[in-house]
Amino acid sequence: MIWREKIIELAKGAKDKPAKFGPDLEIPDFSVTDNLPRVQSLDELPKEVVDRGYSVGIDARGRRRLGTYFQYDHSVIYTWLEERGLAEVMSASEALKKYDWIRDYWWKAVPVDVDKYTAIAELNQTHGYFIRTIPEARLTLPIQACLFIGSQELVQCPHNIVIVEEGSELHLITGCAAHPTITKGLQIGISEFYVKRGATLTFTMIHGWTHGLDVRPRTGVIVESGGTFINNYICFYPVKTIQMYPTVYCIGKDSRARLISLICAYGDSIFDVGNAIILRGEGARSEITFRVIAKDKAQVITRGHIVGEAGKTKAHIDCRGLLLSEGAKIHAIPELEAKVEGTELTHEAAVGKIQEEQLYYLMTRGLTEEQATSLIVRGFLDVEILGLPDHLKAEMKRIAQLITEKAL
Amino acid sequence: MALLEVKDLRVEVGGKEVVKGANLEVNPNEIRVLLGPNASGKTSLLMAIMGHPAYKVRKGEILFDGVNVVNKPAHERAKMGLALSFQNPPEIRGIKLRDLIRIAAGKEAWNPLKEPREEFSTSVLASVGLDPTVFRDRDVNVGFSGGEKKRSELAQVLAMKPKLMLLDEPDSGVDVDSLKEIGIRINTYVRESCCSALVVTHYRHILPYIRPCFAYVMCNGIIVASGDPYEIFSRIEEVGYCAYANVCPPAIRSTIEGRVK
Repeated sequence: MIWREKIIELAKGAKDKPAKFGPDLEIPDFSVTDNLPRVQSLDELPKEVVDRGYSVGIDARGRRRLGTYFQYDHSVIYTWLEERGLAEVMSASEALKKYDWIRDYWWKAVPVDVDKYTAIAELNQTHGYFIRTIPEARLTLPIQACLFIGSQELVQCPHNIVIVEEGSELHLITGCAAHPTITKGLQIGISEFYVKRGATLTFTMIHGWTHGLDVRPRTGVIVESGGTFINNYICFYPVKTIQMYPTVYCIGKDSRARLISLICAYGDSIFDVGNAIILRGEGARSEITFRVIAKDKAQVITRGHIVGEAGKTKAHIDCRGLLLSEGAKIHAIPELEAKVEGTELTHEAAVGKIQEEQLYYLMTRGLTEEQATSLIVRGFLDVEILGLPDHLKAEMKRIAQLITEKAL
Repeated sequence: MALLEVKDLRVEVGGKEVVKGANLEVNPNEIRVLLGPNASGKTSLLMAIMGHPAYKVRKGEILFDGVNVVNKPAHERAKMGLALSFQNPPEIRGIKLRDLIRIAAGKEAWNPLKEPREEFSTSVLASVGLDPTVFRDRDVNVGFSGGEKKRSELAQVLAMKPKLMLLDEPDSGVDVDSLKEIGIRINTYVRESCCSALVVTHYRHILPYIRPCFAYVMCNGIIVASGDPYEIFSRIEEVGYCAYANVCPPAIRSTIEGRVK
């Protein structure tokens, strides 16, 4: 594979290049050992792993799921697909061997030499999921993928490729989690998503880290004509540092992207999370929504950057942050960049404490201060998680409830 | 015994004294109105009676049902039977009006699994003339017109089944038809539930609907006059608040001056 060698050369050149945002990390030497046996059922896993998985949307029995991919450390321990013929689910390493054409998707939505994290991920890649639908296939139930860190001081570098072929529809739930006992580790997850003509990808990612984890996901999404990409990001566990800036290229005419992030940051967590959307196709539309709660000493930066490069495009950033402690900090940085006439870009941002006026108002209705705060926080997080089938909305409500509990 | 007795009340907001020794009473099963020019302290007086934390009582007593509630938090006063409709209620995103009405009534937020068709807020909203199919699912006060806010406030207050309603300008910014409807609703509730109301208003037009028995006039943080609502309104309309405060009966004036000293 000469093409891969060229990529590796590029990666080597970027090995020491710091990221544009977020605290810079010293990357220790590490090894990748893929030696865990496959399991027959996820139920065989220890209870803490199953529970942790469940809290990030992974159902061990695959109930109301169409397929499952489970990567534990550097090993793919379980894959399952209900209806073969509509889609395929496998390790990205397997796909690299199987399909020559994968070169058209490997580092095509994220450049390999963006920073040292992309470089390291390429040089130490272990699996990641490869999911591809067949054209016109409508998968009503979601496929779930779990990237799990179960060992101390692990550096996990999965490279995920999702191809939603023309006219097809896929719901993908990705749960990224670490075992509750992990106090040190790094995950660099590369995700490249391709939403073809008239296709729809609903991607719900739930993070369940611990306070010792550094996380540097790198994500690029390409949306073709008439395609729709919906991204729901949820994080309500602590983390040491997380920096990510998924970039969506709406290259096709009338393509759509909607990105929603619900974050509850607490403890000493440092978040630097952004979304960039490039509106390159005529008539493309997009929306970025952030709902951030910060308490204790958590520091959160939310970035949003929309670039209008084509006419009849429209986009909006809605960023709201709620501070629940004196020591917490939220910094909202919405950016709008119009490069042509006929692009309409707007934003609204509001960060601060709960307004006393609202709190007092509710107290005059018979609520204690705690009850009133809880009601306001619940309302603050009540953003409709989009694109999910009804029965999954109930699951998401359960997760939103968990966030509220963590927040209070 | 009076249901509400406010004695020599002094209230501060943001470090500034806004109520400077007010006295008033409301008896069971009656409606009284509180009149006065803008910024005379009417809203502050109501907020202080309700126990809004931003309005600090510096001196005096608020006896409700014979109990001094000055040190009780707002939610306890609400449980005792006090309810306040705000003149300018805040917008709260994410909280549905339906749920706030239910919570005000001591119920849980609506759970479609337990109750496929929401009934409680639906009937309360309908009773104040808000279309339940529209307003149930709206965020509290977000994008409401002036009149809609007044009706929404009244709905929440009625849901609380209070003994005393404190209504802060329920008629401001409301068209004539709505005024009549709101006025009648207040009066009906007072009669049917044997409760009382203290209504702040600027307009005579609501009087025929709510039919108050007594009026207070507040000026510069104190009650400067009281008596028959119609008579007082006539004189205020004739000479204006400013002159009225100076020409009110000498007996009352002397008590004011005595208090100022």
